[in-house]
Amino acid sequence: MKLKNKWPKYYKKDVSTHYCPGCGHGVVHRLVAEVLEELDLGKRAICVNPAGCAVLAYKYFDIDVIESAHGRGTAIATGVKRAKPELFVFTYQGDGDLSAIGTAETIHSANRGENICVVFINNAVYGMTGGQMAPTTLLTQKTTTSPGGRDPQFDGYPLHITDVVAQFPGVTYAERVAVNSPAAVLKTKKAIRTAFQVQVDGLGYSIIEVLSPCPTNWKMSSIASHKWIDEVMSKEFPLGVLADRRKRG
Amino acid sequence: MNKVFMSGNHAFAEAAIRAGCKCYFGYPITPQNELGEYMAGNIRNAGGVFIQSESETAAINMLIGASATGVRSMTSSSSPGISLKQEGISFLAGFELPAVIVNVMRGGPGLGNIAPAQGDYFQATRGGGHGDYRTPVFAPASVQEIADLTRKAFDVADKYRTPVMILGDGMMGQMKEPVVFPDKIEDTVEKEWALKGRGNGNSRYLASLILDTSEMERHNWKLYRKYQEIEANEVSYESYMVDDADVVAIAYGTTARIAKGAIKRVRKDGIKVGLIRPITLWPFPSKIIKDIAQRVRKLIVFEMSTGQMVEDVRLAVEGSVDIHFHGRPGGVIPTPVEFARIMYREYQKQKKGSL
Ligand SMILES: Cc1ncc(C[n+]2csc(CCOP(=O)(O)OP(=O)(O)O)c2C)c(N)n1
Ligand code: SF4
Repeated sequence: MKLKNKWPKYYKKDVSTHYCPGCGHGVVHRLVAEVLEELDLGKRAICVNPAGCAVLAYKYFDIDVIESAHGRGTAIATGVKRAKPELFVFTYQGDGDLSAIGTAETIHSANRGENICVVFINNAVYGMTGGQMAPTTLLTQKTTTSPGGRDPQFDGYPLHITDVVAQFPGVTYAERVAVNSPAAVLKTKKAIRTAFQVQVDGLGYSIIEVLSPCPTNWKMSSIASHKWIDEVMSKEFPLGVLADRRKRG
Repeated sequence: MNKVFMSGNHAFAEAAIRAGCKCYFGYPITPQNELGEYMAGNIRNAGGVFIQSESETAAINMLIGASATGVRSMTSSSSPGISLKQEGISFLAGFELPAVIVNVMRGGPGLGNIAPAQGDYFQATRGGGHGDYRTPVFAPASVQEIADLTRKAFDVADKYRTPVMILGDGMMGQMKEPVVFPDKIEDTVEKEWALKGRGNGNSRYLASLILDTSEMERHNWKLYRKYQEIEANEVSYESYMVDDADVVAIAYGTTARIAKGAIKRVRKDGIKVGLIRPITLWPFPSKIIKDIAQRVRKLIVFEMSTGQMVEDVRLAVEGSVDIHFHGRPGGVIPTPVEFARIMYREYQKQKKGSL
């Protein structure tokens, strides 16, 4: 079979990535760009990028992008979408951004059922600031601020924010996926497509949580990271559809 | 339009709608709740957006989103809530996005109380949030002026692409007065910087992150030049009985009204006191105050705080004239009789000094 390298229309050319080797962000960026093209959304899309490793997302996405203060993505997305409902609006956020400092915005935008999409990168650490503990850090997982491993007595438990918002009637679609194998990547693309279609159909809020490797701060090889997602991380955060209310009347 | 009888809080909202404001985001806090309540019904009826947000932080960020699309937008709060908005105001300044933010001040620090105060002057006029920026600040002293300055605030915000603050206090918000509103306009100005989706053109982005230090420095100087332009063009103040005055009072908002009452009293006894009422607190009317300082014997600064604007007065006059400060912080509303007493006393003192 002959492989063809098809460059997504809404992914900038001739840029070198700032993401670390083996990082999941780049993979998810590409999937988002492909779906924007396939659903013909790029011309009217606005991405709200986070404070986090993806703060430079506008270097890659060839669509209009607005940066958010740390955690405020879904509030900004709410403002954009309410002001201009004809735009297609999605946030792209890390786990510190979305489920620590931005928890209130996440929960309330979901509860209002804003017609926006959330692409949520769960890498179980704060990547950008150097690998501190995140709300999603697993028990016993070592980070720079849980040097002895996350201990629930002091640090609490991994926060399942997507499972929380999946309970809300305002949330139309919620799914947890991963990007640690070719099959998983395809599934992730399908999930993003479903979520984006939900907004196009005016059906409300959707969130796709992606278990995504951070080899740098996990201090693992890329391959070991992929295995860790399979064997450890996805045991704490099981993959699958968490809410699907597309068919309600 | 005919004269109507309305509270300051309602007037902020009505004037915003008439200025073409399409989105309002806010979180309840006394003494400005009537503003959001008025918006809830009226802006939606006018085809706009009202969201009662989960916090003031969320409200200012919703405003950022709406403003980024080029739509006139507003948020309002009172002191503690304005503190929460400061991060967002810093982003608005960095992004160069227009916005109108109303602060109906109350006593502080902390929760303080719900009575009128002027303790947020520093926060409003010094930028308030982090980073090297300024926000124009308007200080209305009547419901009519609330209507007029709200319209003006949207125009200034758009003209300079900057967040603008309107600094009222609990008295301004709650007080009812007759007011005539300007006609309703639609905001049809094409904002070529607004994000609307790339369409067939090039993609664009709004980012405040500028990692390259020389580029960040350029951005800072660019903002600075804009602030210089605002300082050159937008200073506004009212002078009242200043021409023959030996002593001039300086006060804004509610305090200025009380000072006017006091001046009317003391003038009956031939005590020649005038008033400069800054309408813009930043840019501050430094020049007129400096000029007046050359020919009067004393300035008296009245504030409902322990002394904030008085620092700008000192900076303006550079030691060239005596300044007396009289402040009532904590939500205490001074009376014209109280101010008149201060005027008599300071007037007599300067008289003696001149013998
Ligand atoms: C108000 C504020 N607090 C803290 C920071 C510093 N900060 C930037 S990104 C970040 C965490 C990013 O982690 P995450 O959201 O998980 O994204 P990742 O980098 O892992 O993709 C922090 C703490 C900030 N920019 N703003
Ligand atoms: S620190 Fe982690 S999340 Fe950030 S770019 Fe590197 S691998 Fe990716």
